[in-house]
Amino acid sequence: MSGESIFSALEPLLEKVSKPIQYVGGELNSTVKDWHVGGHGPGGEDLTVRWALMYPDAYEVGVPNQGVMILYEVLNERPDALAERSYAVWPDMEALLREHGLPQFTVDGHRPIGDFDVFGLSFSTELGYTNMLTALDLAGIPLHAADRTDEHPIVVMGGHASFNPEPVADFIDAAIVGDGEEAVLAATDIISEWKARGKPGGRLEVLRRLAATGGVYVPAFYDVDYLPDGRIQRVAPAEAGVPWRIDKHTVMDLDAWPYPKKPLVPLAESVHERMSVEIFRGCTRGCRFCQAGMITRPVRERSITGIGEMVEAGLAATGFEEVGLLSLSSADHTEIGEIAKGLADRYEGTNTGLSLPSTRVDAFNIDLANELTRNGRRSGLTFAPEGGSERIRKVINKMVTEEDLIRTVAAAYGAGWRQVKLYFMCGLPTETDEDVLQIAEVAKRVIETGRQVAGHNDIRCTVSIGGFIPKPHTPFQWAAQLGPEETDARLYKLRDAIRADKRYGRSIGFRYHDGKPGIVEGLLSRGDRRVGRVIEQVWRDGGRFDGWSEHFSYDRWMAAAETGLEGTGVDVAWYTTREREESEVLPWDHIDSGLDKEWLWQDWLDAIDETEVEDCRWTPCFDCGVCPQMGTDIEIGPTERTLLPLTVLGSGKQDMLRS
Amino acid sequence: MAAQRTPDGPPPPPAVQKLRIQYARRGRLRYSSTRDFGRALERALRRSGVPMAYSAGFHPHPKISYANGAATGAASEAEYFEISVTEQVDPDSVATALNEALPDGLDIVSVVDAQPGALADRLQASRWLLEFPGVEPADLERAVAGFMAQEHVEVERMFKKGLKSYDARGPVERAVTGVSEDGCAILTMVVRHTTPAVRPDDVLSAIAAATSFAPPQSPKATRLAQGIWSSETESVADPLAAD
Repeated sequence: MSGESIFSALEPLLEKVSKPIQYVGGELNSTVKDWHVGGHGPGGEDLTVRWALMYPDAYEVGVPNQGVMILYEVLNERPDALAERSYAVWPDMEALLREHGLPQFTVDGHRPIGDFDVFGLSFSTELGYTNMLTALDLAGIPLHAADRTDEHPIVVMGGHASFNPEPVADFIDAAIVGDGEEAVLAATDIISEWKARGKPGGRLEVLRRLAATGGVYVPAFYDVDYLPDGRIQRVAPAEAGVPWRIDKHTVMDLDAWPYPKKPLVPLAESVHERMSVEIFRGCTRGCRFCQAGMITRPVRERSITGIGEMVEAGLAATGFEEVGLLSLSSADHTEIGEIAKGLADRYEGTNTGLSLPSTRVDAFNIDLANELTRNGRRSGLTFAPEGGSERIRKVINKMVTEEDLIRTVAAAYGAGWRQVKLYFMCGLPTETDEDVLQIAEVAKRVIETGRQVAGHNDIRCTVSIGGFIPKPHTPFQWAAQLGPEETDARLYKLRDAIRADKRYGRSIGFRYHDGKPGIVEGLLSRGDRRVGRVIEQVWRDGGRFDGWSEHFSYDRWMAAAETGLEGTGVDVAWYTTREREESEVLPWDHIDSGLDKEWLWQDWLDAIDETEVEDCRWTPCFDCGVCPQMGTDIEIGPTERTLLPLTVLGSGKQDMLRS
Repeated sequence: MAAQRTPDGPPPPPAVQKLRIQYARRGRLRYSSTRDFGRALERALRRSGVPMAYSAGFHPHPKISYANGAATGAASEAEYFEISVTEQVDPDSVATALNEALPDGLDIVSVVDAQPGALADRLQASRWLLEFPGVEPADLERAVAGFMAQEHVEVERMFKKGLKSYDARGPVERAVTGVSEDGCAILTMVVRHTTPAVRPDDVLSAIAAATSFAPPQSPKATRLAQGIWSSETESVADPLAAD
């Protein structure tokens, strides 16, 4: 429990591993605090609350993660707390750590994870679960929560996967659901108070206090009963003082939380070589497949001036050459036009790139993209029609007509953009081959239109498609997932249809993800506690980095499911390709995302009927349930303020000019 | 027909001054590559406000050129690069500002106005320090003497274009063994820059090939200096010193 650095023992190993820079830390804006920064109480009580935050994937993927960066900063701002980061180590490093008896460590202070009070893991995807087990095992923390003692950190998960933590219920002590920045501080208060009193009641007591808030899920305090046919009968508190349902956390005023203020600047190359500013949280477009859009309601905008300040402070703190304006649908910010113009004016001539992860399919989006690239290169734009036919787009509530799409891409090619990327899904509810094959027709029309508008043939369109995975807390949570063979067969038909027409052949690129990894993700997304044994078995059989095709093994997962689910009467197909009925108790029903289950069911029926639902940001409330249930409301502009011209970069120059 | 887009506005301001910069790569940041340094440097230049000159076009790049970077994993007290700026600046102030903006462990040693001629031409040899923890100084001395007695030792290394074989003994001008203050066996050597470059690990392979020397762990290499090689004085002179 000393927090001693293991770096000197680690250093000889760094010569032997790939990309050692990922393990050394020292990034600009990273923090290493004194282990006893919170001091001691009168009786020698340790008053520091220490968090090890892990993104359970490779450093290059984890280091730009906004969630971890935000929590790292808000925790380190507290005088009595410290937070350090850890990432999944590659198999070469894992083998060396085991050989030399070294633990999972933080990259900041190179301190053993086992020395911290809390081990927090942020899961954007369920495919990181096996990496959690590696980290626990390397850290010397028992894999099963039930086997842990007061000597071990409290293992807490967060991130979108927390909305169904059941598959990892055996391995975690607690899950925090929803926005993390206020929640980790509240948890820190509870842990701090408990430590100051000399940890009365040990680990069990602090978990009780966390659970009693109603916002922290402790799986051990709930019993799950099953029906003879394998469905869940009931999930109920196993003791008094534990709420029946766990509420998600919602930060209402984004301007009060301008984090990260000082984004990390890694030395190693990462998947996002830019700074991100979150311009709003939540989405009310109502795309029925989209878990992120459903579980992050309501919409909460950051103000135009708040965004301007974050961009300015972040660039000054990092020196990044590009800023991404992040959200689930950035063009929907009520003042996006003013934001784009204001930022483009401010940073003109400074070689600062601005980007909008663009998914909305309309001409306005092109105007925005043009504004942000005033003097820059226009390479590619990305749109996500998601479904190939008008009919299937009604099913998924992606309210875009083919004419909208063609008009939009015409505007893009006309403004000098050379490449358009289109994202689609395969295996959507009610989908037939025809719906998917329509994608080929759309792509051909895109190229035809593009060639006309651009006046030359040097344009491209890339179709990117993957299998749809039904997710908890969405109207499609009851839907049957398409099996891997059927998914692949449909994708191959589409590929052949695109390649068949030689007039377009080389102008249309085709990228697809095959159906097998999707089935595993589907199993983990909609699984219950029984799936934990499968995860553990896969890990024991060597499963690591399941999000990486070179490490993923479908056969290993299927073999582990065979063993792990033995005697339960259910199998992988039961979890994935089976359609659920309204009355079925779903494994995540006790996690409250604010959405009414009745509303979700009605929306599911509407989907099958091909009935669309409007966006409540612009139209009256359609009673999804979030606002009344959570005591929240959509928080949007316009503020009618603008970004003032400002000398934003290079202010240090004056000191170095020769007089 | 839509016309091909060209960048609007005036061409970028011209460079008026070129600076040569020496930096050190220390401690745990010896695991950063030259590319990692490049990214960190560009960001530090932006943060500190150095009036960088940029190339023209849709994708302007700051004008920076790197020379002869040490391999990832080696520490160095003497790495070099050049930058061009659009306003006359005071080199010492640039050094201070850049040092503040770079992470600890990537440290600016000196900044001077560039003299005529190419920087690369002045980087003719390197002086290296290799530390061998767990090796008996006498064993190292014997191995190095055995290696230096050879005229020619071939080593192989994998390059992008395949396996290459080359002499790792010829470029080694001097090799002196000793003991560091904390009792560690050390080797100091001067290696001339040739093509392909003979790196410390090549020399180590060559020593092993010539003498069956096998240290328990790979030594820690630090480039102490690089610069102009004088065979008369057998020394490496500061490449940034005024002529």
